[in-house]
Formats: sequence, C-alpha cells, structure tokens
Amino acid sequence: MSALLEVSGVSVTFDGFRAINNLSISIGEPELRAVIGPNGAGKTTFMDIVTGKTRPDEGRVIWGAQSVDLLKLSESDIAKIGIGRKFQKPTVFEDQSVRDNLAMALKNRRGPLSVLMWKASAQDNTRILELATEIGLTDRLEHRAGDLSHGQKQWLEIGMLLAQDPRLLLVDEPAAGMTPSEREHTTNLLKRAASTRAVMVIEHDMEFIRRLDCRVTVLHEGSVLAEGSLDHVTRNQQVIDVYLGR
Amino acid sequence: MDIPRHTAAAPSSRRSFLRDNPSVMWFMGCLGLFSLIVTILSEGMGIGLISTNLVKVLGMTLCLCLIAIAMDVVWGYCGILSLGHFAFFGLGGYAIGMWLMYARTEIVIRDSLGRGTIPPTELEVSEAVAAQIFGVVGSSELPMIWSFAGSLTFQLGMVVLVPGLLALVFGWLAFRSRVTGVYLSILTQAMTLALSLYLFQNDTGLRGNNGLSGLQNVPGFLSTPQAIISIWFFWASAFALGAGYLLFAWLVSGKFGSVIRAIRDNEARVRFLGYNVEGYKLFVFTVTAIVSGIAGALYYPQAGIINPAEIAPIASIYLAVWVAIGGRGRLYGAVIGAASVSLLSSWLTGGGAPNIDLGFYRVVWTDWWLVLLGLGFVLVTLFFPKGIGGLFDYLVRKQ
Repeated sequence: MSALLEVSGVSVTFDGFRAINNLSISIGEPELRAVIGPNGAGKTTFMDIVTGKTRPDEGRVIWGAQSVDLLKLSESDIAKIGIGRKFQKPTVFEDQSVRDNLAMALKNRRGPLSVLMWKASAQDNTRILELATEIGLTDRLEHRAGDLSHGQKQWLEIGMLLAQDPRLLLVDEPAAGMTPSEREHTTNLLKRAASTRAVMVIEHDMEFIRRLDCRVTVLHEGSVLAEGSLDHVTRNQQVIDVYLGR
Repeated sequence: MDIPRHTAAAPSSRRSFLRDNPSVMWFMGCLGLFSLIVTILSEGMGIGLISTNLVKVLGMTLCLCLIAIAMDVVWGYCGILSLGHFAFFGLGGYAIGMWLMYARTEIVIRDSLGRGTIPPTELEVSEAVAAQIFGVVGSSELPMIWSFAGSLTFQLGMVVLVPGLLALVFGWLAFRSRVTGVYLSILTQAMTLALSLYLFQNDTGLRGNNGLSGLQNVPGFLSTPQAIISIWFFWASAFALGAGYLLFAWLVSGKFGSVIRAIRDNEARVRFLGYNVEGYKLFVFTVTAIVSGIAGALYYPQAGIINPAEIAPIASIYLAVWVAIGGRGRLYGAVIGAASVSLLSSWLTGGGAPNIDLGFYRVVWTDWWLVLLGLGFVLVTLFFPKGIGGLFDYLVRKQ
C-alpha cells in the first residue's frame, strides 16, 4: 500500500500560536483512518491545510503517485484532483433540493459554460439515485435540503462527497449530534466508502471510533502523539495523560 | 446496488424549460399584452389616449426593468451586491449616443454646406461636425474615440464591448483578490464614481457635463414624427426586456443557477466542491454588465440626453433599492420593483401628484419623495424581506 497523501514537516502559526507543529502524517489507498485529539490539537487546521484553505509556513503536502504538490493548488483544483471534505457543521445548500445538491457535487465538468449547457444524462440520474439510496434519502430527493433532519443533512453531505468520487475523503465529526441508530448508519457508510478509497475521520467520540475499527492517529498540540490500533494508542501512557486520562 | 425501477425513470429527462418555469410564460404574456395596449392607446399608432411623452416614459421604464433583472441575477442569485451597474448602463447610452449625435450632425452639416456652389470635401465636413459637437467645450477637434462614431455597426459593437470589457477587467481584479461583501460594494461604488467624475471633465472627449444631447432624433428618420419613433423604441425596449428575461430565466433555472445560488449561500463550500467560484462570479458580472449596457443604449435615445450625472453612485443604489423592494431572487420581482418605484418616482417628482395642504404644513412631493422611498425601503426590509414579489408565494400557496 503506497501513500496517497503524504504530509511531512508541516507547521503553521496563527498570531504566534503554533496550531500545527512539524506534523507528518500519511494515508494509503484504500484505508480508513481515525484522527483524534483534544480541542486545539490541530485536527481542523490539518484539514484546512490539505484542502488548500490554509497555507502552512513550512513543510510539504504531496499527493498521489505523480507526487503533486498540493500547496501550489487552489481549493477548487484540490477538490477536482480528488480530495473531498465534509465540514463539522453540516453545510448543504438549504434552499435547494436534495437532488440539486447531489447534482452539483456529481463528478462532471466544472466550468461555467459546461455547467450552463449541462443536462442530467440517464447516467447522472442513475448515479444520483444510487447515492440517494446509499445515504437513505431516496424519498426526499425533491425536498428542500433545509427541511432535512440534522442527521439527514450530515448524510446528504457525505452523499455529496461520494458524488464527487474523490480518492480521499476528509470527514470532520460526522457523528456529532446523531442518534445511536443514525451513528450506526454513518459508520457503515464510512466503512463502505473506505473499501475503495482513503477516508480520514476526525472524531471525538471513542465509541464511534471503536466501531470504525481502524488505525488511529492521535494529535496533540499540532503534532502526532501516537499512531496504531485503538487498543494500542489507548494503552499509550502519553495519550492517557494528555487526552483520555482527564 | 438495487435501484427501484419506477423511480429511476421519472425525473430522468429534464422537463421542458417553460413548463418548469411557469412565471416566464406569465411574464411574456403580460409584457405582450402591455405592449399591445400601449400601442393601441398611443398617439403615434393608436387612438391617442397615451401621449408620446408617456410612451417614452413607459419605454424607458422597460429599460430600467431590464437592468433591474440583470441586477437581480448578480445580486439576488449570485450574491454580489454590485453598486456600480448603472455605470455599464451609462456606457451603453454613451456608445449609442455618439453615433446618434455624430450621424445627425453630419446630415445637418452636409445639408447646409451642400447649398453652396462647391460641394464640401470630406475634411470640411468632418471639421464642421467636430466644431458643431465640441464647440460647447471650447474645442473643434474630433477626439480619437469618435473616429468611428459615424458607423452604426461600430458603435453598436461598443454598446456591448465597452461595458463588457470594463466589467471583465474590474471583476477579474476584484474577484481574484477575493474581495467580497460590503468591500466589493464599496469598490463598485468607487468605480462608478470615478467614471462619472472622469466624464465630467471637458477634455475626455464626451462633452463633459453637457453630455450628449438630441439623442431622440434618429439619423435617417429625421422627418419621422417623434410619436412614431417613440413607439419603435418602446417596442425595441419591450423586445429587449422579453429577450433578457428569457436569457436570465434560462441562466438561473438549471445547474448553473444552482451553482450561483450556492455561491451566494456559501462560497467556500462551493470551492471545496471543485468549482472555480471566481470564474462564475466573473461570468455573471460580465454578462449582466453587457445586458445593462444594452438597456442603457435603448434608454437614452428615449430620454434624449445623457450626461455624467446619470452614472453618479446614487443611481446604482436606487437600482439595488428597486430590486430589494420588488423581491430579490425572482426575476419578476425585480421588474415589479423597478417599474413601480420608477413610475411612482416620475409621477411624484414630475408634478403629476397634487401637493397636499395640511393647513399647518404643505407636503411638496418633490421634497418628500426621497423620504417616502427611504421609508418604504426600511419597511420592506423589516417586514417583507422577500419584497413585493414575495406576495406571489402567498397567493400561490393559498390555492
């Protein structure tokens, strides 16, 4: 398994506060990875760097077999290259239907003129239905996304991620605010997705991570504290001290 | 994966554009009916109940409706509060005004010089035209930008190109630096102010504060009565509004509309979906600027005169007020807002409305109109955020 994303020696400072400190982390394809860490450990900043929202002060972010330097690309180019991101707060386009949300995310040409001339092909519609089935929203396709429940919005956003057909999914706290049965559905979604691609999940909830049953990376003060199976990292004395012990 | 067959078939082919947008058919019907009624009642072609002057006002109102729907697309749909679109409107007016003024003056000059025994040379004609047009700013030379003013085709090209290029360059600089929100609004205000101040100068080649005048006289039809010409321009304005409405309704109906509304609601998220947000904004900004230029090119021949005061910053602010009062994010709302507010404005400030004597105070509408407009704007913003157009939702839901 070769690395799909390789982050090495990355540091970033905001107003003197070192959010990321010489962070090195890599993920293969396919792989499911959980990233945990206390508040302020730099989990979200890490995602911001990978998706091009924040530029690091130093370090390298290398993508794929061709070793593309992600630090040189814009947010939209990074998305097009195959990195999808789900935000902590569900951000779907509430004014638009579930179908329109998914259609926008579908892997098609993104230029203004091609979008202007776009008509849903039979293939597109099949794909939208597949995704809707996957996220359990088949009967809500024509509804406003704003009318969905919190959990359904989270799924819709995951569905939009899958529609982009990315090679790497970055998922920020997907289970926040979900009921236990919704959590289970989400776990299955992520596990299925990770069978063909790389999925990186940021999560606080230990129970959720246990169900994901995957390799875990613990972040602390902007760098990696420990990495391995959940049992391995939870036995690590340092991890217990900074995170679990409290 | 197992896909239920019946659901797969239903929405697959995109239903027809008009069936999806019933408001477009309604709008076209109303516009056609309105044009017919105005023609029948007009002085020039009908029974004369509507004066030529009123026909011009109505035609001009249609042009204002056209720039209002452009504003609605850029602001209501794409979320860019441009307070500079009237600059494009004015540029379109100047571009066509140059031809109207030059060609008419040339005809008049040839006519008077031709009465002499020796026919005038081309140089004599062009010098006489320049002296006639620019005498008012103390010059007798034809500025460079008037080199092709005698060509209608060229100036019509300018109607599209000048606003389009300005919008393209301005938009590229602004959007590329990710200037958004109120900062962008201020930049667009600065743009229209700078342009207006520039045009106020006498040496810019567009006659300074005198502007271009006599635009109601169309070369080639100088003996045609204004009553007839006014109807032609009215029709042209109605046609342009109809075509513009169709274009924008189509633009905002499909996936493109979906993407620009998404940009309005959450620009960063759209970027992470892989869309080049700046490209979309630039596209919308430029297309609406071009349509604004065309609207201006139809407006000013009906107004008869254009001067730099027309593109003062306040004009673009009025435009935003019309759209807000009419209802953002729906094209017919912009039309309703622009038509009602601008007609009300010309009625109240043009002496049409009787002043009210309260005994202790006399309400003079020319003074109070702006207060009324401001109050209306505040009330609409507070109590009807969807504007007048929002009332249609209410009606439709009741059925």
